Amino acid sequence: MANFNKLTIRQAAEGLRAKNFSAEELLNDCLAQIKLRDKDLNAFVTLDENGAREQAQTVDKKLEAGEKLPLLAGIPMAVKDLIYTKGVKTTCASPILKDFVPPYDATVMEMLKAQDIVMIGKTNLDEFACGGSTEHSCFGPTKNPFDLTRVAGGSSGGSAACVAADMCLYSLGTDTGGSIRQPASFCGIYGMKVTYGRVSRSGVNSMASSWDTVGNFARNVEDIALVLQQIAGKDRRDMTTPDVAVPDYSSFLNKDVKGMKIGLPKEYFAEGVDPEVVAAVKNSAKKLEKLGAEIVEVSLPYTKYAVAVYYVSVPAELSANLERFDGIRYGKKPSEDPADIVDFYFKARGEGFGDEIKRRIMIGTYVLSAGYFDAYYKKAQRVRTLIIRDFAEAFEKVDALIAPVAPTPAFKVGELVNDPLAMYMADVLTIPVNAAGLPGLACPCGVTASGLPIGLQIIAPQFEEGRCLQVASALEKV
Amino acid sequence: MLTDEEVKHIAKLARLKLSDSEVERLGKQISGVLDYVNILAEVDTAGVQETSQVTGLQNVMADDVVLKSPASREELLACSELPVDSKQVRVIKIMK
Repeated sequence: MANFNKLTIRQAAEGLRAKNFSAEELLNDCLAQIKLRDKDLNAFVTLDENGAREQAQTVDKKLEAGEKLPLLAGIPMAVKDLIYTKGVKTTCASPILKDFVPPYDATVMEMLKAQDIVMIGKTNLDEFACGGSTEHSCFGPTKNPFDLTRVAGGSSGGSAACVAADMCLYSLGTDTGGSIRQPASFCGIYGMKVTYGRVSRSGVNSMASSWDTVGNFARNVEDIALVLQQIAGKDRRDMTTPDVAVPDYSSFLNKDVKGMKIGLPKEYFAEGVDPEVVAAVKNSAKKLEKLGAEIVEVSLPYTKYAVAVYYVSVPAELSANLERFDGIRYGKKPSEDPADIVDFYFKARGEGFGDEIKRRIMIGTYVLSAGYFDAYYKKAQRVRTLIIRDFAEAFEKVDALIAPVAPTPAFKVGELVNDPLAMYMADVLTIPVNAAGLPGLACPCGVTASGLPIGLQIIAPQFEEGRCLQVASALEKV
Repeated sequence: MLTDEEVKHIAKLARLKLSDSEVERLGKQISGVLDYVNILAEVDTAGVQETSQVTGLQNVMADDVVLKSPASREELLACSELPVDSKQVRVIKIMK
Protein backbone atom coordinates (compact mmCIF):
# COMPACT_ATOMS: atom_id res chain seq x y z
CA MET A 1 0.00 0.00 0.00
CA ALA A 2 1.46 3.32 -1.07
CA ASN A 3 -0.89 5.48 0.97
CA PHE A 4 -2.29 7.39 -2.01
CA ASN A 5 -5.40 7.70 0.17
CA LYS A 6 -3.56 10.31 2.27
CA LEU A 7 -2.97 12.70 -0.64
CA THR A 8 -4.71 16.04 -1.07
CA ILE A 9 -7.05 16.44 -4.03
CA ARG A 10 -4.50 18.47 -5.97
CA GLN A 11 -1.68 16.01 -5.26
CA ALA A 12 -3.88 13.11 -6.34
CA ALA A 13 -5.04 14.93 -9.49
CA GLU A 14 -1.45 15.71 -10.44
CA GLY A 15 -0.32 12.15 -9.66
CA LEU A 16 -3.04 10.74 -11.91
CA ARG A 17 -2.06 13.04 -14.78
CA ALA A 18 1.66 12.29 -14.34
CA LYS A 19 0.74 8.56 -14.44
CA ASN A 20 2.45 8.02 -11.08
CA PHE A 21 -0.55 5.88 -10.19
CA SER A 22 -3.93 5.02 -11.66
CA ALA A 23 -7.36 5.96 -10.37
CA GLU A 24 -7.87 2.29 -9.57
CA GLU A 25 -4.71 2.20 -7.44
CA LEU A 26 -5.86 5.35 -5.65
CA LEU A 27 -9.22 3.68 -5.01
CA ASN A 28 -7.53 0.47 -3.84
CA ASP A 29 -5.61 2.35 -1.16
CA CYS A 30 -8.84 3.94 0.09
CA LEU A 31 -10.62 0.57 0.14
CA ALA A 32 -7.68 -1.04 1.97
CA GLN A 33 -7.82 1.71 4.56
CA ILE A 34 -11.59 1.17 4.95
CA LYS A 35 -11.02 -2.56 5.50
CA LEU A 36 -8.36 -1.75 8.07
CA ARG A 37 -10.24 0.88 10.08
CA ASP A 38 -13.96 0.82 9.44
CA LYS A 39 -14.83 -2.21 11.57
CA ASP A 40 -13.79 -0.02 14.52
CA LEU A 41 -15.03 3.33 13.28
CA ASN A 42 -18.33 2.43 11.55
CA ALA A 43 -18.13 5.46 9.25
CA PHE A 44 -19.72 3.75 6.24
CA VAL A 45 -23.22 2.31 6.11
CA THR A 46 -23.04 1.24 2.45
CA LEU A 47 -20.00 0.63 0.29
CA ASP A 48 -20.35 0.72 -3.49
CA GLU A 49 -17.11 -1.00 -4.29
CA ASN A 50 -18.19 -2.21 -7.74
CA GLY A 51 -19.58 1.14 -8.79
CA ALA A 52 -16.45 2.88 -7.54
CA ARG A 53 -14.15 0.46 -9.36
CA GLU A 54 -16.07 0.83 -12.60
CA GLN A 55 -15.86 4.58 -12.32
CA ALA A 56 -12.12 4.49 -11.54
CA GLN A 57 -11.50 2.24 -14.55
CA THR A 58 -13.47 4.63 -16.77
CA VAL A 59 -11.28 7.50 -15.58
CA ASP A 60 -8.14 5.45 -16.19
CA LYS A 61 -9.24 4.69 -19.74
CA LYS A 62 -9.94 8.36 -20.39
CA LEU A 63 -6.55 9.35 -18.99
CA GLU A 64 -4.92 6.65 -21.11
CA ALA A 65 -6.62 8.09 -24.16
CA GLY A 66 -5.19 11.49 -23.30
CA GLU A 67 -8.56 13.09 -22.51
CA LYS A 68 -8.49 16.30 -20.53
CA LEU A 69 -10.46 15.60 -17.35
CA PRO A 70 -11.89 17.82 -14.63
CA LEU A 71 -9.79 18.22 -11.48
CA LEU A 72 -12.00 15.97 -9.34
CA ALA A 73 -11.94 13.10 -11.87
CA GLY A 74 -10.92 9.81 -10.29
CA ILE A 75 -10.81 11.24 -6.77
CA PRO A 76 -12.49 8.91 -4.22
CA MET A 77 -15.11 10.53 -2.02
CA ALA A 78 -17.99 9.62 0.30
CA VAL A 79 -21.51 10.96 0.77
CA LYS A 80 -23.68 11.38 3.85
CA ASP A 81 -26.51 8.86 3.61
CA LEU A 82 -29.10 11.65 3.59
CA ILE A 83 -28.15 12.66 0.03
CA TYR A 84 -29.80 10.71 -2.80
CA THR A 85 -27.49 8.58 -4.92
CA LYS A 86 -29.14 6.97 -7.92
CA GLY A 87 -29.14 3.17 -7.64
CA VAL A 88 -27.28 3.20 -4.32
CA LYS A 89 -29.20 2.71 -1.08
CA THR A 90 -29.97 5.94 0.82
CA THR A 91 -31.23 5.10 4.29
CA CYS A 92 -31.02 8.35 6.29
CA ALA A 93 -29.93 5.88 9.03
CA SER A 94 -33.62 5.29 9.67
CA PRO A 95 -35.43 1.95 9.91
CA ILE A 96 -38.19 3.41 7.72
CA LEU A 97 -35.80 3.84 4.77
CA LYS A 98 -33.59 0.81 5.49
CA ASP A 99 -33.90 -0.58 1.96
CA PHE A 100 -34.68 2.57 0.00
CA VAL A 101 -32.83 2.94 -3.30
CA PRO A 102 -33.48 6.37 -4.84
CA PRO A 103 -34.19 6.38 -8.57
CA TYR A 104 -32.40 9.69 -9.12
CA ASP A 105 -29.40 11.69 -7.94
CA ALA A 106 -29.43 14.78 -5.76
CA THR A 107 -28.37 17.85 -7.74
CA VAL A 108 -25.02 17.92 -5.89
CA MET A 109 -24.36 14.34 -6.98
CA GLU A 110 -25.26 15.18 -10.58
CA MET A 111 -22.84 18.10 -10.46
CA LEU A 112 -20.03 15.98 -9.01
CA LYS A 113 -20.66 13.01 -11.28
CA ALA A 114 -20.21 15.37 -14.23
CA GLN A 115 -16.67 15.71 -12.85
CA ASP A 116 -16.07 11.94 -13.13
CA ILE A 117 -15.69 11.49 -9.38
CA VAL A 118 -15.37 8.09 -7.71
CA MET A 119 -18.07 7.63 -5.08
CA ILE A 120 -16.96 4.97 -2.61
CA GLY A 121 -20.02 4.80 -0.41
CA LYS A 122 -22.54 6.32 1.94
CA THR A 123 -21.70 7.47 5.43
CA ASN A 124 -23.33 7.11 8.82
CA LEU A 125 -25.38 9.88 10.44
CA ASP A 126 -27.90 10.50 13.17
CA GLU A 127 -31.30 9.38 11.88
CA PHE A 128 -32.53 12.00 9.37
CA ALA A 129 -29.59 14.18 10.50
CA CYS A 130 -31.12 14.72 13.95
CA GLY A 131 -28.43 14.60 16.58
CA GLY A 132 -24.94 15.68 17.50
CA SER A 133 -23.11 12.38 17.91
CA THR A 134 -24.17 9.88 15.19
CA GLU A 135 -25.44 7.71 18.04
CA HIS A 136 -29.07 8.10 16.88
CA SER A 137 -28.38 5.83 13.90
CA CYS A 138 -30.01 2.47 13.21
CA PHE A 139 -26.51 1.29 12.25
CA GLY A 140 -24.93 2.13 15.63
CA PRO A 141 -22.58 5.02 16.41
CA THR A 142 -19.56 6.15 14.43
CA LYS A 143 -16.46 6.25 16.63
CA ASN A 144 -13.88 8.99 16.77
CA PRO A 145 -10.65 8.11 14.88
CA PHE A 146 -8.62 9.77 17.66
CA ASP A 147 -10.26 7.80 20.49
CA LEU A 148 -12.60 4.88 19.88
CA THR A 149 -14.39 5.44 23.19
CA ARG A 150 -15.56 8.85 21.94
CA VAL A 151 -18.09 9.99 19.36
CA ALA A 152 -17.15 11.34 15.95
CA GLY A 153 -19.73 14.10 16.39
CA GLY A 154 -22.86 14.49 14.37
CA SER A 155 -24.98 14.40 12.60
CA SER A 156 -22.49 13.97 9.72
CA GLY A 157 -20.21 11.79 11.90
CA GLY A 158 -19.47 9.20 9.23
CA SER A 159 -18.50 11.82 6.66
CA ALA A 160 -16.09 13.41 9.14
CA ALA A 161 -14.56 10.17 10.42
CA CYS A 162 -13.94 8.69 6.96
CA VAL A 163 -12.00 11.78 5.83
CA ALA A 164 -10.11 12.10 9.14
CA ALA A 165 -9.12 8.41 8.94
CA ASP A 166 -7.92 8.75 5.30
CA MET A 167 -10.58 6.43 3.88
CA CYS A 168 -11.25 8.87 1.06
CA LEU A 169 -10.11 12.36 0.10
CA TYR A 170 -13.26 14.36 0.79
CA SER A 171 -16.92 13.93 1.64
CA LEU A 172 -20.29 15.65 1.61
CA GLY A 173 -22.46 16.36 4.62
CA THR A 174 -25.31 18.57 5.74
CA ASP A 175 -25.44 21.22 8.47
CA THR A 176 -28.74 22.30 10.05
CA GLY A 177 -27.46 23.23 13.51
CA GLY A 178 -23.77 22.29 13.38
CA SER A 179 -23.84 18.87 11.72
CA ILE A 180 -20.79 19.56 9.53
CA ARG A 181 -18.76 21.88 11.77
CA GLN A 182 -19.07 19.94 15.02
CA PRO A 183 -17.98 16.52 13.65
CA ALA A 184 -15.20 18.24 11.66
CA SER A 185 -14.02 19.81 14.91
CA PHE A 186 -14.28 16.52 16.86
CA CYS A 187 -12.31 14.69 14.15
CA GLY A 188 -9.65 17.35 13.52
CA ILE A 189 -10.52 18.23 9.90
CA TYR A 190 -12.10 21.09 7.92
CA GLY A 191 -15.85 21.34 7.39
CA MET A 192 -17.68 23.99 5.37
CA LYS A 193 -21.19 25.05 6.33
CA VAL A 194 -22.30 27.27 3.45
CA THR A 195 -24.67 30.21 3.35
CA TYR A 196 -28.30 29.06 3.35
CA GLY A 197 -29.15 28.47 -0.33
CA ARG A 198 -25.56 28.50 -1.63
CA VAL A 199 -25.67 24.76 -2.47
CA SER A 200 -28.75 23.02 -3.86
CA ARG A 201 -30.69 20.73 -1.53
CA SER A 202 -32.70 19.07 -4.25
CA GLY A 203 -32.52 15.32 -3.64
CA VAL A 204 -31.35 15.78 -0.06
CA ASN A 205 -33.81 14.61 2.55
CA SER A 206 -35.35 17.67 4.17
CA MET A 207 -35.08 18.07 7.91
CA ALA A 208 -35.80 21.74 8.59
CA SER A 209 -36.28 23.61 5.35
CA SER A 210 -35.37 27.10 6.55
CA TRP A 211 -32.17 25.83 8.23
CA ASP A 212 -30.73 22.95 6.16
CA THR A 213 -27.54 23.35 4.11
CA VAL A 214 -25.29 20.97 2.17
CA GLY A 215 -21.52 21.31 2.51
CA ASN A 216 -18.22 19.45 2.47
CA PHE A 217 -15.40 17.99 4.55
CA ALA A 218 -11.69 17.83 3.72
CA ARG A 219 -8.27 17.59 5.33
CA ASN A 220 -7.05 20.97 4.07
CA VAL A 221 -8.45 24.35 3.04
CA GLU A 222 -7.71 24.09 -0.67
CA ASP A 223 -9.65 20.82 -0.93
CA ILE A 224 -12.63 22.55 0.68
CA ALA A 225 -12.43 25.31 -1.95
CA LEU A 226 -12.04 22.92 -4.89
CA VAL A 227 -15.13 20.87 -4.03
CA LEU A 228 -17.24 23.87 -2.99
CA GLN A 229 -16.50 25.36 -6.42
CA GLN A 230 -18.26 22.41 -8.05
CA ILE A 231 -21.35 22.23 -5.85
CA ALA A 232 -22.23 25.90 -5.27
CA GLY A 233 -24.73 27.76 -7.40
CA LYS A 234 -28.32 28.27 -8.42
CA ASP A 235 -30.45 25.20 -9.13
CA ARG A 236 -33.82 25.29 -10.82
CA ARG A 237 -34.83 22.27 -8.71
CA ASP A 238 -34.20 24.18 -5.45
CA MET A 239 -35.94 27.55 -5.48
CA THR A 240 -34.12 28.65 -2.31
CA THR A 241 -30.82 28.90 -4.22
CA PRO A 242 -30.48 32.59 -5.10
CA ASP A 243 -28.95 33.87 -8.30
CA VAL A 244 -25.74 35.06 -6.62
CA ALA A 245 -22.53 34.69 -8.62
CA VAL A 246 -20.18 31.93 -7.45
CA PRO A 247 -16.69 33.42 -7.05
CA ASP A 248 -13.43 31.61 -7.76
CA TYR A 249 -12.93 30.18 -4.27
CA SER A 250 -9.29 29.23 -4.87
CA SER A 251 -8.49 32.91 -5.45
CA PHE A 252 -9.06 33.54 -1.73
CA LEU A 253 -6.41 31.04 -0.62
CA ASN A 254 -3.44 33.30 -1.24
CA LYS A 255 -4.91 36.56 0.00
CA ASP A 256 -3.40 37.68 3.28
CA VAL A 257 -5.36 38.90 6.28
CA LYS A 258 -3.45 42.15 6.75
CA GLY A 259 -5.85 44.90 7.79
CA MET A 260 -8.74 42.51 8.17
CA LYS A 261 -10.93 43.05 11.22
CA ILE A 262 -11.75 39.83 13.00
CA GLY A 263 -14.20 39.68 15.89
CA LEU A 264 -14.18 37.40 18.91
CA PRO A 265 -17.78 37.12 20.15
CA LYS A 266 -17.43 37.18 23.92
CA GLU A 267 -20.47 34.95 24.52
CA TYR A 268 -18.64 32.10 22.73
CA PHE A 269 -15.83 32.16 25.29
CA ALA A 270 -18.06 32.30 28.35
CA GLU A 271 -18.54 29.93 31.25
CA GLY A 272 -19.23 26.37 30.16
CA VAL A 273 -16.70 26.45 27.34
CA ASP A 274 -13.73 24.20 28.12
CA PRO A 275 -10.63 26.27 29.05
CA GLU A 276 -8.46 24.23 26.66
CA VAL A 277 -10.86 25.08 23.83
CA VAL A 278 -10.85 28.78 24.75
CA ALA A 279 -7.04 28.82 24.90
CA ALA A 280 -6.63 27.13 21.49
CA VAL A 281 -9.02 29.51 19.73
CA LYS A 282 -7.48 32.59 21.38
CA ASN A 283 -4.07 31.33 20.35
CA SER A 284 -5.26 31.24 16.74
CA ALA A 285 -6.54 34.80 17.14
CA LYS A 286 -3.04 35.82 18.24
CA LYS A 287 -1.60 34.21 15.13
CA LEU A 288 -3.98 36.21 12.97
CA GLU A 289 -2.97 39.36 14.82
CA LYS A 290 0.68 38.61 14.04
CA LEU A 291 -0.29 38.28 10.37
CA GLY A 292 -1.66 41.81 10.49
CA ALA A 293 -5.32 41.27 11.29
CA GLU A 294 -6.99 43.43 13.89
CA ILE A 295 -8.71 41.40 16.61
CA VAL A 296 -11.72 43.03 18.27
CA GLU A 297 -14.08 41.76 20.91
CA VAL A 298 -17.74 41.87 19.86
CA SER A 299 -20.97 40.85 21.56
CA LEU A 300 -23.80 38.68 20.26
CA PRO A 301 -26.17 39.04 23.21
CA TYR A 302 -28.95 36.76 21.92
CA THR A 303 -26.62 33.76 21.58
CA LYS A 304 -28.04 32.10 24.66
CA TYR A 305 -31.51 31.88 23.12
CA ALA A 306 -30.41 30.16 19.90
CA VAL A 307 -30.78 26.59 21.17
CA ALA A 308 -34.34 27.33 22.30
CA VAL A 309 -35.19 28.95 18.94
CA TYR A 310 -33.78 25.89 17.19
CA TYR A 311 -35.72 23.38 19.29
CA VAL A 312 -39.00 25.09 18.46
CA SER A 313 -38.43 26.00 14.83
CA VAL A 314 -36.57 22.89 13.66
CA PRO A 315 -38.95 20.29 15.14
CA ALA A 316 -41.87 22.30 13.72
CA GLU A 317 -40.43 22.20 10.20
CA LEU A 318 -39.27 18.61 10.63
CA SER A 319 -42.66 17.36 11.80
CA ALA A 320 -44.17 18.70 8.57
CA ASN A 321 -41.34 17.40 6.35
CA LEU A 322 -41.45 13.92 7.83
CA GLU A 323 -45.19 13.60 7.24
CA ARG A 324 -44.24 12.20 3.83
CA PHE A 325 -43.00 9.01 5.47
CA ASP A 326 -46.13 6.92 5.68
CA GLY A 327 -44.85 3.59 4.35
CA ILE A 328 -46.91 3.91 1.17
CA ARG A 329 -44.99 5.59 -1.63
CA TYR A 330 -41.62 4.55 -0.24
CA GLY A 331 -40.20 3.22 2.98
CA LYS A 332 -41.05 0.20 5.09
CA LYS A 333 -44.66 -0.88 5.38
CA PRO A 334 -45.82 -2.11 8.82
CA SER A 335 -44.48 -5.51 9.86
CA GLU A 336 -47.95 -6.74 10.93
CA ASP A 337 -51.24 -6.29 9.11
CA PRO A 338 -52.91 -3.01 10.02
CA ALA A 339 -56.61 -2.83 10.88
CA ASP A 340 -57.23 0.13 8.57
CA ILE A 341 -55.39 2.88 6.73
CA VAL A 342 -54.93 5.07 9.83
CA ASP A 343 -53.55 2.08 11.73
CA PHE A 344 -51.22 1.54 8.75
CA TYR A 345 -49.74 5.03 9.29
CA PHE A 346 -49.47 4.57 13.06
CA LYS A 347 -47.63 1.28 12.71
CA ALA A 348 -45.39 2.25 9.78
CA ARG A 349 -44.25 5.43 11.56
CA GLY A 350 -44.16 3.92 15.06
CA GLU A 351 -41.90 1.11 13.86
CA GLY A 352 -40.01 3.18 11.32
CA PHE A 353 -38.71 6.08 13.43
CA GLY A 354 -36.18 6.02 16.26
CA ASP A 355 -36.50 7.83 19.60
CA GLU A 356 -34.95 11.15 18.57
CA ILE A 357 -37.20 11.45 15.51
CA LYS A 358 -40.28 10.60 17.55
CA ARG A 359 -39.30 13.24 20.13
CA ARG A 360 -38.76 15.91 17.48
CA ILE A 361 -41.92 15.08 15.55
CA MET A 362 -43.91 15.33 18.78
CA ILE A 363 -42.27 18.59 19.87
CA GLY A 364 -42.98 20.00 16.40
CA THR A 365 -46.57 18.79 16.44
CA TYR A 366 -47.06 20.33 19.88
CA VAL A 367 -45.62 23.79 19.09
CA LEU A 368 -47.62 23.99 15.85
CA SER A 369 -50.92 23.01 17.45
CA ALA A 370 -53.69 25.52 18.06
CA GLY A 371 -53.15 27.42 21.29
CA TYR A 372 -49.36 26.97 21.30
CA PHE A 373 -48.52 28.30 17.84
CA ASP A 374 -48.10 31.94 18.94
CA ALA A 375 -46.42 31.21 22.26
CA TYR A 376 -43.81 28.87 20.83
CA TYR A 377 -43.51 28.96 17.05
CA LYS A 378 -44.06 32.65 16.34
CA LYS A 379 -42.08 33.64 19.41
CA ALA A 380 -39.12 31.57 18.21
CA GLN A 381 -39.34 33.16 14.77
CA ARG A 382 -39.17 36.61 16.40
CA VAL A 383 -36.18 35.73 18.55
CA ARG A 384 -34.54 34.33 15.41
CA THR A 385 -34.82 37.84 13.94
CA LEU A 386 -32.94 39.20 16.96
CA ILE A 387 -30.14 36.65 16.48
CA ILE A 388 -29.85 37.72 12.85
CA ARG A 389 -29.61 41.38 13.99
CA ASP A 390 -26.83 40.45 16.42
CA PHE A 391 -24.69 39.21 13.55
CA ALA A 392 -25.64 42.11 11.28
CA GLU A 393 -24.48 44.59 13.93
CA ALA A 394 -21.25 42.66 14.49
CA PHE A 395 -20.50 42.63 10.76
CA GLU A 396 -20.78 46.42 10.71
CA LYS A 397 -17.65 46.42 12.88
CA VAL A 398 -15.73 43.35 11.66
CA ASP A 399 -15.12 41.38 8.45
CA ALA A 400 -15.37 37.95 10.04
CA LEU A 401 -15.76 36.25 13.41
CA ILE A 402 -13.80 33.43 14.92
CA ALA A 403 -15.12 31.29 17.74
CA PRO A 404 -14.98 27.76 19.13
CA VAL A 405 -17.13 25.24 17.22
CA ALA A 406 -18.18 23.28 20.29
CA PRO A 407 -17.86 23.97 24.01
CA THR A 408 -15.89 20.73 24.52
CA PRO A 409 -13.82 18.26 22.52
CA ALA A 410 -15.45 14.94 21.52
CA PHE A 411 -17.46 13.44 24.36
CA LYS A 412 -17.73 9.76 25.29
CA VAL A 413 -20.02 7.36 23.45
CA GLY A 414 -23.14 6.99 25.60
CA GLU A 415 -22.39 10.07 27.70
CA LEU A 416 -25.25 12.28 26.46
CA VAL A 417 -27.43 9.94 24.44
CA ASN A 418 -30.13 9.54 27.11
CA ASP A 419 -30.19 13.22 28.01
CA PRO A 420 -31.59 15.00 24.93
CA LEU A 421 -31.31 18.47 26.42
CA ALA A 422 -27.62 18.04 27.32
CA MET A 423 -26.99 16.77 23.78
CA TYR A 424 -28.80 19.80 22.35
CA MET A 425 -26.63 22.15 24.41
CA ALA A 426 -23.53 20.75 22.68
CA ASP A 427 -24.71 22.71 19.61
CA VAL A 428 -25.00 26.04 21.43
CA LEU A 429 -22.11 27.64 19.48
CA THR A 430 -23.02 26.34 16.03
CA ILE A 431 -26.80 26.87 15.95
CA PRO A 432 -26.76 30.71 15.82
CA VAL A 433 -24.89 30.57 12.48
CA ASN A 434 -27.68 28.44 10.99
CA ALA A 435 -30.32 30.71 12.48
CA ALA A 436 -28.82 33.60 10.51
CA GLY A 437 -28.04 31.54 7.38
CA LEU A 438 -24.34 32.47 7.49
CA PRO A 439 -21.34 30.53 6.21
CA GLY A 440 -19.07 28.97 8.83
CA LEU A 441 -15.88 27.04 8.21
CA ALA A 442 -14.64 24.68 10.92
CA CYS A 443 -10.85 24.43 11.12
CA PRO A 444 -8.62 22.37 13.38
CA CYS A 445 -6.77 24.67 15.82
CA GLY A 446 -5.02 22.43 18.30
CA VAL A 447 -5.33 19.38 20.50
CA THR A 448 -6.09 18.93 24.18
CA ALA A 449 -3.54 17.58 26.66
CA SER A 450 -5.17 14.18 26.16
CA GLY A 451 -4.77 14.39 22.39
CA LEU A 452 -8.30 15.27 21.24
CA PRO A 453 -8.75 17.72 18.35
CA ILE A 454 -10.09 21.23 18.97
CA GLY A 455 -11.82 23.22 16.23
CA LEU A 456 -12.61 26.85 15.61
CA GLN A 457 -15.16 28.27 13.20
CA ILE A 458 -14.72 31.25 10.92
CA ILE A 459 -18.04 33.00 10.40
CA ALA A 460 -18.64 35.53 7.62
CA PRO A 461 -21.60 37.47 6.18
CA GLN A 462 -23.91 35.62 3.78
CA PHE A 463 -22.30 34.46 0.51
CA GLU A 464 -18.81 35.36 1.79
CA GLU A 465 -17.54 31.77 1.93
CA GLY A 466 -14.40 33.14 0.28
CA ARG A 467 -13.63 35.22 3.35
CA CYS A 468 -13.84 32.10 5.56
CA LEU A 469 -11.40 30.36 3.21
CA GLN A 470 -9.07 33.36 3.25
CA VAL A 471 -8.78 33.38 7.05
CA ALA A 472 -8.56 29.57 7.23
CA SER A 473 -5.83 29.51 4.63
CA ALA A 474 -3.80 32.15 6.50
CA LEU A 475 -4.08 30.10 9.69
CA GLU A 476 -3.22 26.86 7.89
CA LYS A 477 0.07 28.32 6.69
CA VAL A 478 1.41 29.38 10.12
CA MET B 1 -44.98 18.51 32.61
CA LEU B 2 -47.13 16.86 29.96
CA THR B 3 -49.56 14.22 31.19
CA ASP B 4 -49.60 10.75 29.63
CA GLU B 5 -52.92 11.67 28.02
CA GLU B 6 -51.39 14.76 26.41
CA VAL B 7 -48.41 12.75 25.14
CA LYS B 8 -50.76 10.17 23.64
CA HIS B 9 -52.83 12.91 22.03
CA ILE B 10 -49.76 14.51 20.40
CA ALA B 11 -48.62 11.07 19.19
CA LYS B 12 -52.07 10.53 17.71
CA LEU B 13 -51.94 13.84 15.85
CA ALA B 14 -48.49 12.88 14.53
CA ARG B 15 -49.63 9.35 13.60
CA LEU B 16 -47.03 7.66 15.79
CA LYS B 17 -47.80 4.41 17.56
CA LEU B 18 -46.09 4.50 20.95
CA SER B 19 -45.72 1.77 23.56
CA ASP B 20 -46.55 2.58 27.19
CA SER B 21 -42.88 2.75 28.07
CA GLU B 22 -42.31 5.17 25.16
CA VAL B 23 -45.15 7.38 26.37
CA GLU B 24 -43.44 7.60 29.74
CA ARG B 25 -39.85 7.99 28.55
CA LEU B 26 -40.42 10.30 25.56
CA GLY B 27 -43.06 12.28 27.45
CA LYS B 28 -40.61 13.12 30.21
CA GLN B 29 -37.90 14.10 27.73
CA ILE B 30 -40.27 16.22 25.63
CA SER B 31 -41.51 18.00 28.76
CA GLY B 32 -37.90 18.79 29.64
CA VAL B 33 -37.31 20.36 26.24
CA LEU B 34 -40.57 22.35 26.37
CA ASP B 35 -39.64 23.64 29.83
CA TYR B 36 -36.26 24.69 28.50
CA VAL B 37 -37.58 26.57 25.45
CA ASN B 38 -39.74 28.64 27.78
CA ILE B 39 -36.68 30.88 28.27
CA LEU B 40 -37.85 32.51 25.02
CA ALA B 41 -40.66 34.09 27.04
CA GLU B 42 -38.15 36.36 28.80
CA VAL B 43 -37.14 38.02 25.50
CA ASP B 44 -38.91 41.25 24.64
CA THR B 45 -40.04 40.77 21.04
CA ALA B 46 -42.55 43.60 20.83
CA GLY B 47 -42.57 44.96 17.29
CA VAL B 48 -40.08 42.35 16.05
CA GLN B 49 -40.88 40.73 12.71
CA GLU B 50 -40.90 36.93 12.44
CA THR B 51 -38.20 35.29 10.35
CA SER B 52 -39.29 32.44 8.15
CA GLN B 53 -36.50 32.65 5.59
CA VAL B 54 -33.09 34.23 5.76
CA THR B 55 -31.81 35.30 2.34
CA GLY B 56 -34.53 37.78 1.46
CA LEU B 57 -35.77 35.98 -1.65
CA GLN B 58 -39.19 37.13 -2.80
CA ASN B 59 -41.49 35.84 -5.51
CA VAL B 60 -38.96 33.46 -7.04
CA MET B 61 -39.75 33.07 -10.73
CA ALA B 62 -38.48 30.51 -13.20
CA ASP B 63 -38.58 30.38 -16.98
CA ASP B 64 -41.72 28.65 -18.17
CA VAL B 65 -39.87 25.56 -19.30
CA VAL B 66 -40.94 22.05 -18.40
CA LEU B 67 -38.11 20.18 -16.69
CA LYS B 68 -37.60 16.52 -17.34
CA SER B 69 -38.41 14.48 -14.26
CA PRO B 70 -35.24 12.97 -12.83
CA ALA B 71 -37.04 9.62 -12.52
CA SER B 72 -39.69 7.82 -14.55
CA ARG B 73 -43.14 6.90 -13.23
CA GLU B 74 -42.16 3.21 -13.19
CA GLU B 75 -38.99 3.90 -11.20
CA LEU B 76 -40.94 5.96 -8.67
CA LEU B 77 -43.68 3.32 -8.34
CA ALA B 78 -40.99 0.68 -7.78
CA CYS B 79 -40.01 2.53 -4.57
CA SER B 80 -43.21 1.36 -2.90
CA GLU B 81 -43.41 -1.93 -1.00
CA LEU B 82 -47.13 -2.07 -1.76
CA PRO B 83 -48.65 -3.65 -4.88
CA VAL B 84 -48.76 -1.50 -8.00
CA ASP B 85 -52.04 -1.58 -9.89
CA SER B 86 -52.92 0.44 -13.02
CA LYS B 87 -49.85 2.66 -12.54
CA GLN B 88 -50.89 3.44 -8.98
CA VAL B 89 -49.94 2.21 -5.52
CA ARG B 90 -52.73 0.07 -4.08
CA VAL B 91 -53.40 0.86 -0.40
CA ILE B 92 -55.67 -1.06 1.93
CA LYS B 93 -59.38 -0.38 1.79
CA ILE B 94 -60.39 3.03 3.16
CA MET B 95 -64.21 2.90 2.90
CA LYS B 96 -65.84 0.39 5.19
